[in-house]
Amino acid sequence: MEARRKWIQLAVLAALIAVLPFFFPSGYYYRVGALIFVNGLSVIGLVILIGYAGQISLGHAGFAGIGAYACALGPQHLGLHPGLALILGAVISGLLALLIGRPILRLKGYYLAVATLGFGILVSMLLTNERALTGGPDGISVEDLGLRALLRDLGWRISGGEFWYGASGIALLVGAWLALNLFDSPTGRAMRSLHGSEVAASTVGIDVARQKLRAFVISAVYASVAGSLLALQNGFITPDVAGFMHSIEMVTMAVLGGVGSVLGATLGAAILTLLPQVLTVFAEYEQLVLGAVMILVMIFLPQGLLPSIARRLRGRGE
Amino acid sequence: MDALLQFIFSGVTVGAVYALVALGFTIIYNASDVVNFAQGEFVMLGGMITVFAHQAGLPLPLAALLAILATAAIGVALNKLAIEPARGAPVVSLIIITIGASILIRGAAQLIFDKQLHRFPAFSGDDPIRVMGATILPQSLWVIGGALVVFFGLWLFFTRTLTGKAVLATANNRVAAQLVGINTSWVMTLSFGLSAAIGALAGVLVTPITLVAYDVGVGLALKGFAAAMLGGMGNPKGALVGGLALGLLEAMTAGYLSSQYKDAVAFIVILAVLFVMPQGIFGKKSTERV
Repeated sequence: MEARRKWIQLAVLAALIAVLPFFFPSGYYYRVGALIFVNGLSVIGLVILIGYAGQISLGHAGFAGIGAYACALGPQHLGLHPGLALILGAVISGLLALLIGRPILRLKGYYLAVATLGFGILVSMLLTNERALTGGPDGISVEDLGLRALLRDLGWRISGGEFWYGASGIALLVGAWLALNLFDSPTGRAMRSLHGSEVAASTVGIDVARQKLRAFVISAVYASVAGSLLALQNGFITPDVAGFMHSIEMVTMAVLGGVGSVLGATLGAAILTLLPQVLTVFAEYEQLVLGAVMILVMIFLPQGLLPSIARRLRGRGE
Repeated sequence: MDALLQFIFSGVTVGAVYALVALGFTIIYNASDVVNFAQGEFVMLGGMITVFAHQAGLPLPLAALLAILATAAIGVALNKLAIEPARGAPVVSLIIITIGASILIRGAAQLIFDKQLHRFPAFSGDDPIRVMGATILPQSLWVIGGALVVFFGLWLFFTRTLTGKAVLATANNRVAAQLVGINTSWVMTLSFGLSAAIGALAGVLVTPITLVAYDVGVGLALKGFAAAMLGGMGNPKGALVGGLALGLLEAMTAGYLSSQYKDAVAFIVILAVLFVMPQGIFGKKSTERV
């Protein structure tokens, strides 16, 4: 991918984030938008792990849980500013990924899937069972970031929804920019070479284990920051954020939109975040529809939505 | 000592269910290299269909038979509609397809049946049997016996029948199996049907003890998957041993350490085993050809 395409993708994303609010009929849509951006951020992390390096994880919600609870517990117990707690969560997630990544990433395919799944379940179980610290399954409240009050003092009054729409949008753009930079960097190329063949990659001198570990740590930090932002904007968090279903949701979003593509992953996040909102009227059918969408996309658009559409458009143009 | 025996009884009962789910995973994995995350839903369907057929007036054995046959048909449909069209897709896609199928089946069950917990009467009454100071439910014996019968039945099927050998041949090398005239597509269909039937049987056997609801499948699938992995994916003996080991481990943890963390210890042990033996206890050592 040449530099021009990177900037086009970022420009498209930025334009969408900036223009969409003009079409919002009510303040509620800012909330949904912010949720899409936060999900998009964690899914971009998975693009690096699954799409670039070709490794799977069914436990990344565990890192989102660590980020989220860092923001809930840091200010309460350590007196940290919520913003610093976000960074602390990211550091803990990164270190943990570094620690468990080495043995876990030796595994392949389904074995890697069950190991990461086990990790995610352990984290969610800790968050659920340590009631004294985490508030247990009922969840825990999260202190406000305080940035909006600061803006108000500076004379800029915006609603919570608007603030978080902007903040998550910026976070998503930064995340996308970093991921797109990585794509063309020597590290990114090394990671992507694993996807094709690990044996071939190692014969040309790539340290396979090291690149896998890098992708794992980076994606863990993405998930952690996304979890923190989710906790901060909701002001409340439950252990569900680290649950198995959330991990599955994240992987599905990534693969649905197109796991090799940053923009596609964001599209996948948007669709799966919107689906339950659209289906609230038919709440009983939500699972039925979600399951059917997952199966149909994988069968008919195995590359994911965006790459498949892009290929079709290109085919017509030529 | 009594307590230990009691924990062993409950561990073996739960372990037998995990083993049945793990055997279901193993059969499909062998035939198609697919890990079917909807395996837990087969157990749920076995329980739920029996409950509702029984309530509708069918005698229990007939209701159970109907449940097993209906679930087998759903398994075959899953293969035909979702797995076969995606042949050759990468592991991530297959994982998403079968998880999608499990969500779909769960959603349908919630619509067609309901969200309540259900049970039907145990086959041989609810009076516990006393053994050396500990007690065991007659239904537990049904569960354990069921798992053993299925295991030996499968062993006979795979080693003594031509069809069973065809399944093994397909598992070993799909193209070679096709070359010697094995209908591999029929083998896939058979495997999904068989695996779904075994799952449903597990649901029928265990519902009087653990009750059934539309959402019991997720937990069972995770445990069964873990058990199959613990034993080494694709190995029926591994599925049996992995299932029983996992059940015992959980019962011991719940009994001696903490019932809250019984699920956690299972996953910790699995991680530890995978770190030391990346192919599971009975898994084949694989070397990559360059």
